Amino acid sequence: MKKLITLIVLFASTVVSAGTLVVNSNQSGESSKAAFDAYVDAFRAAHPEVTVVVNEFEHEAYKTAIRNFLTAEAPDVAIWFAGNRMKFFVDQNLFQDVSDVWADAGLNDSMASTKGSLTVDGKQYGVPWGYYQWGVYYRKDLFDNLGLNVPKDWEEFKWVCAMLKKNGITPITIGTKYLWTAGGWFDYLNLRINGYQFHMDLTAGKVSYEDPRLDATFAAWRELIDPGYFLEDHASFSWQDAQAPQINGEAAMYLIGNFYVPTLESAGVVDKMDFFQFPTIVEGIGVAEDAPTDTMHIPSGAKNVEDAKKFLAFMSNKEAATNWATMGGMLSPNKYADKPTNRFSVMGAEMLAAADDIAQFWDRDANPDMAGAAMEGFQEFMVKPDREAKIRARLEKERARIHGTL
Amino acid sequence: MTFWERNQLKLAPFLFLAPAILIFLIYVIYPIFDSIWVSFHEWNGMDKSGTRANGNPNWSWVGLKNYIVLFTDDEEFYVSLFNNIRWLLFSLVAIPIGLLLALFVNQRILGMRYIKSLFYFPFVINAVVIGVIFTWFYNPKYGALTYVLSLFGLDPIPVLADENLATYGIIIASFFPGIAYTMILYITGLTGVNREMVEAGRIDGASGFTMLWHVILPQLKPATLIAIVVTIVGSLRSFDLIAVMTAGGPWGSSEVLAYKMYQESLFNYRMGYGAAIATILFLIMDIYIAWFLYRLFKNEKSEK
Repeated sequence: MKKLITLIVLFASTVVSAGTLVVNSNQSGESSKAAFDAYVDAFRAAHPEVTVVVNEFEHEAYKTAIRNFLTAEAPDVAIWFAGNRMKFFVDQNLFQDVSDVWADAGLNDSMASTKGSLTVDGKQYGVPWGYYQWGVYYRKDLFDNLGLNVPKDWEEFKWVCAMLKKNGITPITIGTKYLWTAGGWFDYLNLRINGYQFHMDLTAGKVSYEDPRLDATFAAWRELIDPGYFLEDHASFSWQDAQAPQINGEAAMYLIGNFYVPTLESAGVVDKMDFFQFPTIVEGIGVAEDAPTDTMHIPSGAKNVEDAKKFLAFMSNKEAATNWATMGGMLSPNKYADKPTNRFSVMGAEMLAAADDIAQFWDRDANPDMAGAAMEGFQEFMVKPDREAKIRARLEKERARIHGTL
Repeated sequence: MTFWERNQLKLAPFLFLAPAILIFLIYVIYPIFDSIWVSFHEWNGMDKSGTRANGNPNWSWVGLKNYIVLFTDDEEFYVSLFNNIRWLLFSLVAIPIGLLLALFVNQRILGMRYIKSLFYFPFVINAVVIGVIFTWFYNPKYGALTYVLSLFGLDPIPVLADENLATYGIIIASFFPGIAYTMILYITGLTGVNREMVEAGRIDGASGFTMLWHVILPQLKPATLIAIVVTIVGSLRSFDLIAVMTAGGPWGSSEVLAYKMYQESLFNYRMGYGAAIATILFLIMDIYIAWFLYRLFKNEKSEK
């Protein structure tokens, strides 16, 4: 009996020992899991005194699970997203202030470009580990066959669409079944027409959806919808379904994030593909890009804060930071990380370095229920553009409910 | 005699039932009342004593506000409610089809056992798999439906992307397991059909449809009753197929109450509002349907 008790005590003490670091991860994809494992292994090698336990969640299920585990049984480190998605938990006091990690590990210098998206009221609440660009991935072979050049402005873009359409090619592929791809289009049209500040005011709920400045955004969108430049029946397709027409050479352009590249590689069409920045629409508006940032945080209920801070600070390790980001098809936010070698990542890094402002993405910048309602509206607009007034009135009602009357 | 010896016979059944009752109370009865309680509050699902970014508390009493908003200010609620009614009515179509199949496979033909198990197969497959199969079937670019339509020179129909067709498209997918289930119910019912009555009917000159309607069907009444109950309850619980096939879209047009509840509470952080929808669904399902079935059973009994 005594032996048994000692055993239980021993076992219990290993579970709660100060040297155990519990990390909850959403890196469930094949390449992203390998990338994260590499980071954890590197950390283990550098800090052999810390026992790292990783709980892996499926990527989508993680989004609902996190609310439970942050309040009920918090891990020491949780992977999450920058912007409004992080702020929601900061407002609930569920994430800890990690400004000291930024200062001690020199992140204020090495991570300067993404610092803003992790800052609330002057304090940092997490550390970024990767980000990626959005832009137009297009079939260079189709463009070459028709003698088309990369469009630099809106008129050229529409002309390219018209030429493709005339030759029986769907100009733009998109699958809006899960809505967020429509959010990407709205982001870019509005950022190019009304600029970063207006767009951020809109996502923060400070601008009405019936504001006349948005007329131009929807009007520009209609210029693509009315002639049928988008893939037909796109509401039936997920973003993966929408890849097929482009891979088969039936569609030419896709506005999407860099996470598309591994698919292009495995489908064997990557050599026919190229990338261009979303064209200018209104001259003189600062260039802003969508570049969603993925992050690590320390929950308020963390038991082993000391080691958790070491885990976050390890992002200052140039090699570990580079590996985690690039193996998963992302860019490292650490400016001392080795430059990416994949040509799409190289173009993305250059484009983002030159950008005036970086937005996270519609459903990461906006409040969760507003983001959902709005993207539903965008999807409806892309199919039934005549309902614009009705849709915008409905969105404004939602905005007023969530953010209060203006 | 001790107290236990005197009352053993009376107490034993309750003791045996106690664990099940306890679990039922904790996991079914308590959550029902807790949901009703939550529905009178505004709650974002976070720490009840905390505050939101705008300074309001996470958890606050709002009385009937959630219900008032639901009924007077939420178009999507009526879309979902109407879709639930469509599910309720159209999913019943599976029952006569199941009966026809049961009559068909209830013949003594070589290999009929294998055909039976093939027809039953859809009921064994996971609903998510059925959803994925039908999503491919409806795919307006590469799906089988598009191919069949093209043979007749017709344009593809984007069933799941059309606000008027999406719900029907999903209901048809739900027939796939639904028909299999009612078929099995009727096959078991048919084995219990009284041979002598069939013979007597034949002597009186009944055959074909008359025989089915006047002799066979009345004897299948218990099977029909169970088929109706299971189909109605199943139709109100419809969720998995919707989540897989349309995610409630296009633009929320194929949502049902159960899906809307899930959306509002888990994705929009409106636990109180979601609980109000759950309560409405509970009232429809457990009060109205229970009453309806009670009446049905009562009629059944009085006829015997």
